[in-house]
Amino acid sequence: MKTISPLAKLCAAGILGIVLLLSMDPVSAVVALVFELALLPWAGVPARRLLRLLTPLLIAAPFAGLATLLYGRGGGVVLAELGPWVITSDEAGLALAITLRVLAVALPAVVLFATTDPTDLADGLAQIWKLPARFVLGSLAAIRMLGLMRQDWQMLRLARRARGVGNSGGPLAALRRWGNQAMALLTIAVRRGSLLATAMEARAFDAPVTRTWAREATFTTRDGLFIVGAALIAAIAVMMAVMTGAWNFVIS
Amino acid sequence: MATLSAQEWGWQFAARPAPALNNVSFEIALGERVLLLGASGVGKSTLLRALAGVLGEDEGTARGELLLDGRSPEASRGKVGLVLQDPENQVILERVGDDVAFGCENLGVHREEIWHRVNEALALVGLNVPLTHSTSALSGGQKQRLALAGVLAMKPEIIALDEPTANLDPAGAQALKQALTSVADSTGATIVMVEHRVDIWWDFATRIIVLGADGVLWDGAPGTLPEETAHVLESAGVWLPHRTVAAGPQHSGSTVLLSTQSLRAGYPGSSELSPEVNLTIRAGEVLAITGLNGVGKTALALTLGGLIPAKRGQVSASTELQESAKSSGPLHWRSRELLTRIGSVFQAPEQQFIAATVREELAAGPRALGLSKEEIDAQVDELLERLHLQELADAHPFTLSGGQQRRLSVGTALATKPRLLILDEPTFGQDAVTWTEMVSLLSELRAEGHGIVAITHDEAFVKAIADNVLVLGGEK
Repeated sequence: MKTISPLAKLCAAGILGIVLLLSMDPVSAVVALVFELALLPWAGVPARRLLRLLTPLLIAAPFAGLATLLYGRGGGVVLAELGPWVITSDEAGLALAITLRVLAVALPAVVLFATTDPTDLADGLAQIWKLPARFVLGSLAAIRMLGLMRQDWQMLRLARRARGVGNSGGPLAALRRWGNQAMALLTIAVRRGSLLATAMEARAFDAPVTRTWAREATFTTRDGLFIVGAALIAAIAVMMAVMTGAWNFVIS
Repeated sequence: MATLSAQEWGWQFAARPAPALNNVSFEIALGERVLLLGASGVGKSTLLRALAGVLGEDEGTARGELLLDGRSPEASRGKVGLVLQDPENQVILERVGDDVAFGCENLGVHREEIWHRVNEALALVGLNVPLTHSTSALSGGQKQRLALAGVLAMKPEIIALDEPTANLDPAGAQALKQALTSVADSTGATIVMVEHRVDIWWDFATRIIVLGADGVLWDGAPGTLPEETAHVLESAGVWLPHRTVAAGPQHSGSTVLLSTQSLRAGYPGSSELSPEVNLTIRAGEVLAITGLNGVGKTALALTLGGLIPAKRGQVSASTELQESAKSSGPLHWRSRELLTRIGSVFQAPEQQFIAATVREELAAGPRALGLSKEEIDAQVDELLERLHLQELADAHPFTLSGGQQRRLSVGTALATKPRLLILDEPTFGQDAVTWTEMVSLLSELRAEGHGIVAITHDEAFVKAIADNVLVLGGEK
């Protein structure tokens, strides 16, 4: 999947995401998820890395379901009563649907993220979708700075410890320290940002000539077919849901 | 061709009472190799940014005239390529090839030509990595060469460099010099460089321009600098080469403060480890730690300072240093317990600032110790004077020059009189006068019985003050 245009991947993940958010039934989510999982071996992401990227999601998705299970609107047959919580069949169905849906929507997005170089995406956005270069390259540079900000945050914490204001007082003092440190991070980020802007300007960024692109962003028939494939999966999922009568349009 | 001309040029930053530069006049012709010297805070970097046309109109107001081929530098983007001081903040893209290509793209160079230039520039600076190599995986020295390559690929007529070797180890600095020499020889570009490490560049330069508070102090070929003028310039803080730094007397300390056992340091979450370190730090002794960029010196300093856990082995404080603290491992001390025991001064001063004025910054430590207002004031006043920061007492720490920030960050650690002081690059960005001040300040601290650990690339500093030297990851 590394050779597919990032724009095609963005479209594919977008189509699946939007279509799957239109209904709250378990069927369409399961169908989409089955297709996605079946295609996963061809995504070109090592299993280990994929697992690491999916971990937060695998933890979060059941919790989203759990909330529905415990605090849902009720309806259907009562399955269990756990103290203050009454769990009904409708709630259980909805909880399962939500869990599966979160996974089905997020999986393509995670694969998109794992197989796409931000630089290539920026190339596509600027050259094929003709978004302004200033905006695209600025965002690209900002993404790189996020990594630096994480390092800065760590150093700021260490620096505060070294300055004697690292740990004292109760939770309120801790909160104030956190705010103070966040402020300092912001200051440093702004400073880094302006230094980077200077460095970019020093390399003629935003010069009054038409910018060229060193890397050519391409969009081939194969990329088109990739999007069609995603649309097909979405369509099949919707059809199956409608045919089984499970489809429930969220806006109704 | 490209002639740079300044006529009584000056610059005043918005919200600053005095101009950063005043009355600067010179003419620089194509192919000259100019070394721009001057005391700390005299406005050298500002001048370079103005030459490169990246000094924003909203940042302040100009006086006089600064012209590049008769036009303002802003109107001739691409003619001047600027390499900045800190290699970290000028990496723009994630892949080496793309980063070098960035300037060419902005100038509208054709695609085939861009890649031709990229390969040529990388070869010239001697950065032999694949075009797809990650820029974040490069060492400091490599990043600096990458920045130079990015500027070269634009084929500028003038290359401006702001302390390009400041962050580099001696080997990296030599490599950059070689790269720049072959660039200048093969392209004939004009070079304008600000640099404190004049010894490296003296034979490279064809002309020296010394900036002072009111215009150019001296202008001429390196060999023609009269002896008397040299003395005047040195006492004004200008670095000149071959300044013989007297080797300081060796001291041998008394009480052991801190020792390490089979210690290997590294950043949390990183798998890179420093070489194994077994050292003993005594009171009244200066230990210098040197070594190549990227060998783990900074991680070692943080580990010794009780700020990050040791990856392997351990750091143990002597009972003398430990005093009432519960553990012998500085990592387990409370933040306030560190204050009077181990003071750490980071490589990047701005990460350490926590207050809105210089005065408040110096008062923060003593206040955390619970000293009275009179004691704090007395201490802060003394430090301000010692560090030459009196006039900046009410300035915001972030608005100080690099050299001034460095002195302030050392001052914040001194304010609580820690038994052991750990300094990461203490002489970074200092001019000749403040450098000497820093050395004598540290000597006094040593005489008072403080232990000092200094991470440094500065060979003169090592010679002047170090009692012991540890070369991390090297034989020497």
